[in-house]
Amino acid sequence: MPFDKIIKIPNENVYLNCIRCGLCLAVCPTYREYKNETDSPRGRVALARKSLEDELILSPNLVEQMYSCLDCLACNDICPVGIKPADIAMEMRHVAEQVKPTGWKNTLFGKVIANPDHLELVTWPLRVYENLGLRWLVHKLRINKLFPEQLRDLESMLPKQPKKPLRKALPLISHSTNESKYRVGFFLGCAQSLMFSEESAATVRVLNRNGCTVITPKETVCCGMPAAGYGRQDLVIEHAKVNIEIFEREELDVIVTDCATCGSKLREYGDILENDPVWSEKARNFSNKIHDISEFLMAIPLEKPSGKFDARITYHDPCHLRRAQNVWKEPRALMQMIDGVEYVEMPEADWCCGSAGSQLITHYETSTHVLDRKMENLKSTGAEIIASGCPGCQMQLMTGIQREGLNIKVMHPIQLLDQAYKSQDKEE
Amino acid sequence: MDQQIVTQLVKIVGKKGVLTSPEDLAVYSYDGTFEECNPDVVVLPESTDQVSQVVKLAAKERIPIVTRGMASGLAAASVPFSGGIALVMTRMDKVVELDLENAIVHVEAGIVTADLQTHVEKNGLFYPPDPSSIRHSTIGGNIACNAGGPRCLKYGVTGDYVLGLTVVLADGSILKTGGKVIKDVVGYDLKSLFTGSEGTLGIITEALLKLTAKPKYARTALVEFSNIEDASKTVNEILLAGIVPATLELMDQTAIHCIEEAMHIGLPKDVAAFLLIESDGVELETTTQEIESISKICEKTGATKISLATDESERANLWKARRSISPSLARLSPNKLGEDITVPRSAIPEAVKRLKAISQKYGLPIVIFGHAGDGNLHPNILFDKRDPEQMKTVELMVAEEFEVALALGGTLSGEHGVGTLKRPYMEKALGEVSVGIQKKIKQVLDPLNILNPGKVIPD
Ligand SMILES: Cc1cc2nc3c(=O)[nH]c(=O)nc-3n(C[C@H](O)[C@H](O)[C@H](O)COP(=O)(O)OP(=O)(O)OC[C@H]3O[C@@H](n4cnc5c(N)ncnc54)[C@H](O)[C@@H]3O)c2cc1C
Ligand code: SF4
Ligand code: SF4
Repeated sequence: MPFDKIIKIPNENVYLNCIRCGLCLAVCPTYREYKNETDSPRGRVALARKSLEDELILSPNLVEQMYSCLDCLACNDICPVGIKPADIAMEMRHVAEQVKPTGWKNTLFGKVIANPDHLELVTWPLRVYENLGLRWLVHKLRINKLFPEQLRDLESMLPKQPKKPLRKALPLISHSTNESKYRVGFFLGCAQSLMFSEESAATVRVLNRNGCTVITPKETVCCGMPAAGYGRQDLVIEHAKVNIEIFEREELDVIVTDCATCGSKLREYGDILENDPVWSEKARNFSNKIHDISEFLMAIPLEKPSGKFDARITYHDPCHLRRAQNVWKEPRALMQMIDGVEYVEMPEADWCCGSAGSQLITHYETSTHVLDRKMENLKSTGAEIIASGCPGCQMQLMTGIQREGLNIKVMHPIQLLDQAYKSQDKEE
Repeated sequence: MDQQIVTQLVKIVGKKGVLTSPEDLAVYSYDGTFEECNPDVVVLPESTDQVSQVVKLAAKERIPIVTRGMASGLAAASVPFSGGIALVMTRMDKVVELDLENAIVHVEAGIVTADLQTHVEKNGLFYPPDPSSIRHSTIGGNIACNAGGPRCLKYGVTGDYVLGLTVVLADGSILKTGGKVIKDVVGYDLKSLFTGSEGTLGIITEALLKLTAKPKYARTALVEFSNIEDASKTVNEILLAGIVPATLELMDQTAIHCIEEAMHIGLPKDVAAFLLIESDGVELETTTQEIESISKICEKTGATKISLATDESERANLWKARRSISPSLARLSPNKLGEDITVPRSAIPEAVKRLKAISQKYGLPIVIFGHAGDGNLHPNILFDKRDPEQMKTVELMVAEEFEVALALGGTLSGEHGVGTLKRPYMEKALGEVSVGIQKKIKQVLDPLNILNPGKVIPD
C-alpha cells in the first residue's frame, strides 16, 4: 500500500485482468488524436496500476493523464475483458484528490454548483460562465491566459439567456392536459434550468399532453457529475442522498430527466450507495425509476403528432446517453415519428464531441480537435438541424458550428416533437 | 538517457515526438503479452527521413532501437528488454497514394490496418488480410509479423500483398525494394526478407500494397457440432471437395462461452464446437451455391445445427464475436497464454486430440480456436500468474504444445511470430543450418546488433 493515508482506492480486480490487447485504442478519441499510448485507455489503466502498486509515484503528470480522459466511455464499452478504463480514470482522480485535496474544489462543487440558488443569480452570459464555475476553473487551474480564440469559443458555447431560470418558472405540479395516467417526477438539471429552459419547458408540455402529471421538486441539488469529474466522489454521495430523499416524498411512477449527463449520474446512485445499509435500498429504488425523456415517451402510448416539422435532421449520441444508459434507438424513433422530418444518420454519430463537461477550458487543443472531427461528419450529412439531448454536447456542438460559420441549428429531440404538436394545434 | 542525446533527438523529430517522463516510459514498456521493460526514451517520428536520422544517431551512439506499432503483438517482440529507443511508428499514418488504375496503395507504416482498409473500400477496392487485431495494429506491424487472419485461407497472408517496401537499414540508409509491378525477378526478393523480420533487420517506413476488387456478396454460416473432432474433420471434408471458402474458423465450447459472456448475442453455451464459415464472391448465385454445398457436407459429417446469418448486422456480430475470443478469455482467469501453432490441415483432428490430452495431464484448461482452414490453431492456456506453481506448469505445457506441432509436421507459429517468447525453441524447430544462415543474415544487415536486439534469432 503506497499511500500513507487511509483512503479509498480502486480494487485490484478492476485493473488486474487488463490483458493489454489494445482493442480500446481503436475507439479512444484522445488516442486517435495524438497516437500516443500515454493518451490511451490501455495506458491509463497501466498508469493506474503502476501507481497503485507503488511502481510509479502519483505525480501531477500521472494525474493529468486521468484528467485528459474525456469520460466518453467508449473504452468501457468495447473492452472484451470487462475492464472499465474510463471508470478507473475517474477513480484515480478521486485518489489524487484524497491524497492531496484542493480546497477550492470543496467550495466550487460543494457550495457554488451544488446549490441552484447560487447558480441562478444570472443576468448576462459572462455571469453564467462565472456561475457554472467556469471562471473558477480557469483561475484555479492556473490557466491564466485563455487564447483569444478560446474566449471566443467559450462565448459561443453559452446559449442565449432565458429571462429567468426555469426552476423559478415551473410550478411544483404541472397537471396532465387530459386524463392523468402517470405521476412523473422531473429532475430538472442545472444547465437545463439555466440555459436550455425552453427545452425543459417543452419536456413538461409534452409529458402533460401525454397523460402525465409532472412533479418538479425545486430543492434538488446537482446530480454530482461535475464533482465526480473533479475527483470529489465523496460530494456525489452527499448530493445523492439529498436528491433521493426529495423524490422519495412524492409517490411517483417514474423519474424523468431530459439531460443525458444527469440521467447517467442519477442511475448510478444505486451502485454508489450499494454498501450503505441505510441507503442502499432507497438508492436502488431511486435509480430504477430514472428514465431519459425519449426512453420514457417511447415506452408509453404516445400521441403521434399530425402536425409537420419540415427539416433535414441528424442526431448526435451523447456518450452518457448511448453508452451509460443504452438509450439510442428511442430518440431516433421519436424524431422519425414526425411527419416532414427527413432523418439522416451521421457517420460516427456515437463518437464523442469533445465536450466532457469543461474540457473546452481545461484541454482546449484536444477538445477542439475532437470537435473538428464531429463537424466534418456533421457537414457530410447536409442537415439543417442536429439534435442531441445533452446540454454539454449542445454547447460543444454550438461552438463547433460557430467556429466553422455553419448555418445549422442545435436542438433537443423533445423540441421537435413539441413543435410538431404546436403546428398541429394551430391547424386544428 | 543522456540529455545530449535527447537534445539531438528533439532536433530531429521535434519536441512533441520525444517522450522521457516516467509515465511515458512506463506505458511504452509492454505489448499484448504480460512481459514489460521500460525503454530509455520514446521517439515518434513523422517521416522516413526522420527515422533515418534517428537510426544514424543510434548507430553512432550504439543505442538499441525497438520499433513499435500499436503493440498488439503476442510474442513480446516490441518489448524493449535492452532499453534504448522505443521507435513508435503510429504518427506515420498517411495514405501516400491510392493508384486506382493499378489497384495499388502506397501507405506509411504506422497506419492502422482497419483505416487503410476503410480508405480503399471507399474507392471500391479491397485489402484482404484481416488479422483479428485489424483495428488495433499497424500495417508496419502486420508486415513485420507477416500477419494472417480468417480470410487468409482464400486470400493469403499480409506478405502476399506486399509489392514494395521502404526500409531504413541499421546504418540509417534508406532502402527501396520492389515496386508497382506484380512480377519482379531482378535480384533477390528483399521485400520478403523484411516481411516477418519483426524489426530485427530494418525499420519499415512505407509500403506498396496490392489490392483486389471487393467481393460483392458474402454468406456466413455458424455450424454446431456435438464434439470438436467432428468439427475438425469437417474442415478437411470441405477443402477436399474442392471448395475454398473465404474463412473456416474453429471455436470450442469455452471460447463460445467467453464471447457470450462478453457480448450477449445469444450464442448457445452448451455446444461442444462451432465452425464459422463464410463464402464470398462477385455473384450472389455462386456464393449462395457454395454455402449450400458446404452446408450439405456439414450435415454429412455430423453437424447438429446450421444457421445462416440473415442480414449484414447478424454477420457483423458473428465476426465481432470471433475477433473478441482471444481477449474475452481473460474473463475466466487472470492470465492466458495463447500459442498459434500450425499443422498440415490433415493433422488438425490429431492435433486437437493431443492438445486436449496435455490439458488433462497438467490440469489447466486449454481453450482451442483458430483458423482451422489453414491448420493454424490458437490453443490458449488459462492460468494465474500469481501462483508460481501454475507458472511452471504453463512452461511445461507450452513446450509440449510445440512438440505436438513439430511431431505432426507443423511449425511453432503461423502468424504471431517469434519475438522473445518462442526464441528458445527456434533451433529445435528449424535446425542448425537454417538458424546458422539466419544469424549470418542478421550479422550482415545489423552488424552492431542495435535493431531489436535479443529477439527472434538465438545468440
Ligand atoms: C486480440 C488480438 C488478436 C490478434 N489476432 C491476430 C491475428 O488474427 N493474426 C495475426 O497475425 N496476429 C494477430 N495478433 C497479433 C498482432 O496483432 C499482430 O502481430 C500485429 O501484426 C502486430 O502489429 P502491431 O502494429 O501491433 O505491432 P507491434 O506489436 O507493435 O510490433 C510487433 C513486431 O513488429 C515490429 N514492428 C512493428 N512495426 C514495425 C515497422 N514499421 N518496421 C519494422 N518492424 C516493425 C516490432 O518491432 C515487433 O517486433 C493479435 C493480437 C491481439 C492482441
Ligand atoms: S482495457 Fe480491455 S481492451 Fe483495453 S487493453 Fe485492457 S483488456 Fe484490452
Ligand atoms: S473514456 Fe473515452 S477518452 Fe477516456 S480513455 Fe476511454 S475512450 Fe479514451
